[in-house]
Amino acid sequence: MSAQPLAESLVQSVDWLAIAPPTLAAVVALAVLVADLFVPEPRKAVLGWVSVAGLAAATALLLPLLDGDRATFCTDAPARACSYTADHFTLVIQFLVLGGALLAALLSVTHLDDERRRVPAGEFWFLLLSSAAGAALLPASRDLATLIVALEAASLPAFALVGIRHGDKRSSEAALKFFLSSVTATAVSLMGISFVYATTGTLHLTRVAQRLTHVDGQLHTLAQAGVVLTLVGFAFKTAAAPFHFWVPDTYVGAPLPVAAYLSVVGKAVGFSGLILVTVVAFPSYADVWGPALAVLAALTMTAGNVAALRQRATRAYSAVRLLAWSSVGQAGYLLVPIAAAGYTKDAERAIGSTVAYALMYAAVNLGAFAVAALVGRGRALNRIADYRGLYATNPLSALLLAFFLLCLAGLPPGVIGLFAKVTVFSAAVDAGLGWLAVVMAVNVVIALFYYLQWTALLFRAPEGEPVRHRVPAPLTAALALTGVVGVALSGAPQLVLRFAAGGLF
Amino acid sequence: MIDINESVMQFLLAFVVAGPLLGAVAALLPAPPGLKGKSPGQAVLRHGVTVTGAILAAAIVLALGFDHDHPSRMQATTDISWIPALDVRIHLGIDGISLPLLVLTALLTFLCALYSYFKPPAGPAPKAFVALLLLLESGTLATFAVLDLLLFFLAFEMVLIPMYFLIARWGGAGRTRAAWKFILFTLLGSVVMLLGLLLIGIKAGTFDMVALATDNGRSLTTSVQVIAVLAIGIGLAVKTPMWPLHSWLPDAHTAAPTVGSVLLAGVLLKMGTYGFVRIVLPVAPDGFRTFAPYLAALAVVGIVYGSLACLALARQGAKGDLKRLIAYSSVGHMGFVLLGIASTTPTGVNGALFANIAHGLITGLLFFLVGALKDRTGSTDLDTLAEETGAALYGRAPRLGGLLAFGAVASLGLPGLAGFWGEMLALFGSFRPAAGLSRPAFLTFMAIGAFGTLLTAAYMLIVVRRVCMGGADRETAQLADVHGYEFAAWTPLVALTILAGLWPKALLGLTDPAVQQLLAGGPR
Repeated sequence: MSAQPLAESLVQSVDWLAIAPPTLAAVVALAVLVADLFVPEPRKAVLGWVSVAGLAAATALLLPLLDGDRATFCTDAPARACSYTADHFTLVIQFLVLGGALLAALLSVTHLDDERRRVPAGEFWFLLLSSAAGAALLPASRDLATLIVALEAASLPAFALVGIRHGDKRSSEAALKFFLSSVTATAVSLMGISFVYATTGTLHLTRVAQRLTHVDGQLHTLAQAGVVLTLVGFAFKTAAAPFHFWVPDTYVGAPLPVAAYLSVVGKAVGFSGLILVTVVAFPSYADVWGPALAVLAALTMTAGNVAALRQRATRAYSAVRLLAWSSVGQAGYLLVPIAAAGYTKDAERAIGSTVAYALMYAAVNLGAFAVAALVGRGRALNRIADYRGLYATNPLSALLLAFFLLCLAGLPPGVIGLFAKVTVFSAAVDAGLGWLAVVMAVNVVIALFYYLQWTALLFRAPEGEPVRHRVPAPLTAALALTGVVGVALSGAPQLVLRFAAGGLF
Repeated sequence: MIDINESVMQFLLAFVVAGPLLGAVAALLPAPPGLKGKSPGQAVLRHGVTVTGAILAAAIVLALGFDHDHPSRMQATTDISWIPALDVRIHLGIDGISLPLLVLTALLTFLCALYSYFKPPAGPAPKAFVALLLLLESGTLATFAVLDLLLFFLAFEMVLIPMYFLIARWGGAGRTRAAWKFILFTLLGSVVMLLGLLLIGIKAGTFDMVALATDNGRSLTTSVQVIAVLAIGIGLAVKTPMWPLHSWLPDAHTAAPTVGSVLLAGVLLKMGTYGFVRIVLPVAPDGFRTFAPYLAALAVVGIVYGSLACLALARQGAKGDLKRLIAYSSVGHMGFVLLGIASTTPTGVNGALFANIAHGLITGLLFFLVGALKDRTGSTDLDTLAEETGAALYGRAPRLGGLLAFGAVASLGLPGLAGFWGEMLALFGSFRPAAGLSRPAFLTFMAIGAFGTLLTAAYMLIVVRRVCMGGADRETAQLADVHGYEFAAWTPLVALTILAGLWPKALLGLTDPAVQQLLAGGPR
């Protein structure tokens, strides 16, 4: 009689279906790594397609979870708290992460095909899938330890991915830069978590939230310091200023699909972690993290957009550099509703604006990277000047890039970009953050300048003889997918904007 | 006038808004067999004429089916939920205020498409030109037809990209800079406007213009109204343009192709003043009352400033550009419109709406004429055209000269032509401003505005003297007179200018009940 409850408490029952999406990605990662040993050199492409299929299957596994009521790894004493929860928030972010990884994988198939000598296929796919598995785990984590483990699982393979090109100095330098700054940020986060643990004695986010409401007066400062320091690691992944300096060099040094992956999935990791720790774990300290994030958001968008404005079109890799800086600017917009959540009673609605904006951003930013990958095949330097007259040689991809850039800028015909910005603005106005809304308004105009400059360049008369390329099938698929999503969302913005109406947690 | 089924009316209005959009997409696709025409360029230009023609026909049928006995009632309304999360509804409808602007837009765009068919714009292939023209038409028509604040903003922004490309790709000298200036000024204004619209929407709990106008600002505190009016007003004032936010306009007009200038002056500027009447006046009356004297003051500064700038440009040896001159005259004319709105009286607002339409007709005509002059002589520089004595257009191309003189006197507000009524009513409105506004201040504004009409007359007559008249020795170099297609494009504008001048009730009868209703508490 007495042995059974003991066994139950030692061996938890696991809801395998709930954890299936990240688990499948991890399993396929291992499978690919092992298979790499047995697949002969000329047939390495198979690995790529297996990985793409794995990611697609992991995304499809989200379907049975749509009710959003599953949780696992729970403890009941004193109150029920779970380490892994598959609620609506988790599902949306997992969809974003796995879908983003899938598109990055499609770009990678072509990239690996082009650079067969320099990039080892098996390792590449293993790292990409492991990182995706970690990133998919993160939004589901509901305790600080799992959160950090997921953050590291998403980050560590990414360092290796950035530096994966053999004999490329820029690539290894970028990886080192990325690694050192990221590790520092994570270490600071860990220290913050230890402070929080010291004051509350628990790691579960919901319990942390409860116990933080009545912290011993002596420990109050410690708790505050813990809250702020915990944010650092996630702010780093989101590429928020002043933790954004790694971004341009890392993006330029990394293989292009990896840069695309970092710009979307890396950011998703950062902001979903931020949301979890701020809104779920530290709601009672909103007066600390709210203003901090608001300042961070203003700094980030300004730093990103001003730097993007200063990019010269003729500099080598200026296209990727511009996308890198613009992604910093966009990260600033993503932070605005999270900051607003600190000021308003209805934090869920504000968070929903971030989620909606992130979904829009993921689709159109990956689309822009897909076009950049296409152009980069013909022009290795990938300068913005190389996009001149793209309409003449490849009208469809030029129109798509123009559409994506206008979405990022938030101007019609990029309707979804406009309305995503409107939700962010309304979250700020709703929370009484008028000054932040005005800063963002100025930033939107600054950003328009460089996005539109690039767009206008696409339609200029080409210099020299136009070179026509055949577009490889995986790139076509990625372009078609992002294009269809962008256009569909522009027609029916409700598809993503409904998250801005709340009901995620 | 004629009885049309309500659901047909609904369809017509939806078609008027969405039709050009579909047409723009179709213009980018290759022409189907049987419609290939002589060349791809000719086929796509013909496509443009067809689509804008169909839209104009639909707009005219709408105007005929409009219940003229109840112009204050929203008609042909559609109200579908689009984005529930943001509470954005596709709410369309027309009343006596928007109907004339809708028809004017459809007419001017059609005339522009017709003109471009016979005189293709100088620049890259016309395919994109037609697509952009249609996109522009869709945006402007939507601005006048939507009744949801966020949708209004969407439509307001929709015209930016097409206009940018029209100027930057088919424009004249200095086009890149002018196009940038245009889009950056307008965008900076409109993001500020968005903040104001959001503030209103969030505080009042709805983005629906009809509901907000009926509420008449009762659910908004005065401080919210003041902030919102300031933010929205800046966005609309940039577009209108109001002095001192006008500096993008002369550059944009000078650099834009003929068709671009016509639409910019004829239609795009009206989006700003329409926004004042449709949104600011009924939704935030207290906030507007706070700013009305300042708006009126800036409006009369604009009137005098525009006229003085024109006088300076018209002087001999000033190297004044004729297009630039008309652009500055627009600043003056729009000043009258703003003055009328600022008076917050039915008389003034009616005058403003009348002046809106009149300015669209007359300035549209003037830009067409100057464009034609440039095609013939290769220059719009007054000094180059006139040389020592004058360009002698009466002798060299009598019909063109006559039309130019007609446009000029219509623009200076000759009684009996369209330009007269609007400005007179706007001045009347400021003679007796709404209760709560300082009468002495408005009387001063009225006096200055009236002085502005004198200045307007002065520069317009100088232009006529320098361009149309001239020494007998210059009559030897004949110019091609007005072509058939030019007649076709310009006659409707001339006819409507005369009609509106002689029978102002046709227009005022539409706007007046709607304005009365709007000032008293929103349309029903």
